[in-house]
Amino acid sequence: MTDLPTHTEKKLGLVIDLDTCVGCHACVVSCKGWNTENYGAPLSDMDAYGAEPVGTFLNRVHSYEVQPEQGFAQTVHFPKSCLHCEDAPCVTVCPTGASYKRLEDGIVLVNESDCIGCGLCAWACPYGARELDQVEGVMKKCTLCVDRIYNNNLPEEDRVPACVRTCPSGARHFGDLGDPDSEVSQLVEARGGMDLMPEQGTKPVNKYLPPRPKDTWEEVDILAPLLTPVAAEPKGFLGWLDKALEKL
Amino acid sequence: MHPAPSVILFTVLSGLGFGLLTFLGLGVPDISGWVAFVFFLIAFALAVGGLLASTFHLGNPQRAMKAFTQWRTSWLSREGWLAVGALVVMGVYAFCVIFLDQKIEPLGWVGAALSVATVYATSMIYGQLKTIPRWNNPLTSLYFLSTSIAGGALLAGQARLAALLLALVGAVQVITWIKGDTRFGERGHSIETATGLGSIGKVRLFEAPHSGPNYLLKEFVFVVGRKHALKLRIIALVFMSILPVLLLLLPVGHAIAAVAVLSHLFGTLVSRWLFFAEAEHVVGLYYGKR
Repeated sequence: MTDLPTHTEKKLGLVIDLDTCVGCHACVVSCKGWNTENYGAPLSDMDAYGAEPVGTFLNRVHSYEVQPEQGFAQTVHFPKSCLHCEDAPCVTVCPTGASYKRLEDGIVLVNESDCIGCGLCAWACPYGARELDQVEGVMKKCTLCVDRIYNNNLPEEDRVPACVRTCPSGARHFGDLGDPDSEVSQLVEARGGMDLMPEQGTKPVNKYLPPRPKDTWEEVDILAPLLTPVAAEPKGFLGWLDKALEKL
Repeated sequence: MHPAPSVILFTVLSGLGFGLLTFLGLGVPDISGWVAFVFFLIAFALAVGGLLASTFHLGNPQRAMKAFTQWRTSWLSREGWLAVGALVVMGVYAFCVIFLDQKIEPLGWVGAALSVATVYATSMIYGQLKTIPRWNNPLTSLYFLSTSIAGGALLAGQARLAALLLALVGAVQVITWIKGDTRFGERGHSIETATGLGSIGKVRLFEAPHSGPNYLLKEFVFVVGRKHALKLRIIALVFMSILPVLLLLLPVGHAIAAVAVLSHLFGTLVSRWLFFAEAEHVVGLYYGKR
């Protein structure tokens, strides 16, 4: 049933550091790669080498410019995927029960063999985390790499989501956000981790760490002393010449 | 929102069909035999035709039966049950009226109630979505129910009642537009709350995540049609409500009634196109659009 569980044993999710993300899109590529070759229907591309390529992605990186009231604007790279919300509106609207939230770890998944591709779950998601695959006609979303994190065939260091494993700047963290002592929870606590669009009431599990405040310094122009005018008013012979030429 | 023709046709046609079934269930007009057959045929053709049209936008329509399983939480699933319930009950009622010349009144009332409930469930599929502030309001249900009932009265040949109800539809439509225009801002959604970066300063999209379009932009960020929104609103209002009301105030014959029905149908299609085209999904904020 698409009733949401009142409580999940774990709250597995991601913590994304907006201070550290460099916007390289490596997580987008590794996500597309892993999720095309493994669990579920592959993430299709249409007109991949043509004029207007369109494709299914579970993770996308936006870049924003933030202009404070004073000082310089700053660029923030902003990866976005499913937030595995506690109060996931995408699950309850599903007419077939294909969408569900797992009791054991809180991951929101789609059972593709039950999905009729009506698209209503994507309508209900405020974050644009779900995309209807145009070839398979089923809804695709981040699985938190459920086929990696419990996969004993993989070396232990690989048992994290592909995006986390690949991030070259360490901007993505994976763990149990339901456990207050976990590394990710500590990180959220220390850095003031935030929810996206909290007014939607979805209670996202994934948290975002805001960019650290920029340091400031007093403006000192080291060249200024060297650039002071040498002589404002000419004197002596040059003074006479200046006046004489003025009169001509 | 992308105004998919299948969904526009579905909501308009099945709305009209269930509206007519509501009146037929209540025994209005009082008919039997072949006349009743024609009335029920029109009602069932509209209702079933609309429901079939709605399956055209599915990615995997062969699994449509699975949509009956999640009635506990999903309005789409409830709509399926209510629609089938209304059609079965009204089917039995119609059979008795047409072939046995028997009006089982309580059965008709149940069928009428189920027909209204079906339209309400349809409206809640849209009205429940917090992500689309324009829809997320009881006015959405009022808009769907009033157009369905008024259209039903019109098809049932109740000229006086239809004129009154169509005037009401016009009023509901105007209020829905006016209230809907400001709701997105009133809910406090902005690119700052979407990104959580508002505490630093003003946010704008610097670079989109992809150079081409994608499913999200095609489905949710439909901005093309809004250019002529005001003109289309006037067209919708005139043909859906004002013109049919004026026609029904004339001495009504079959020809005038037919023109009124066609006018109402056309106006409702335009109105429903606007219902989708003007709806703004909050995901547009991440793309610096609405």
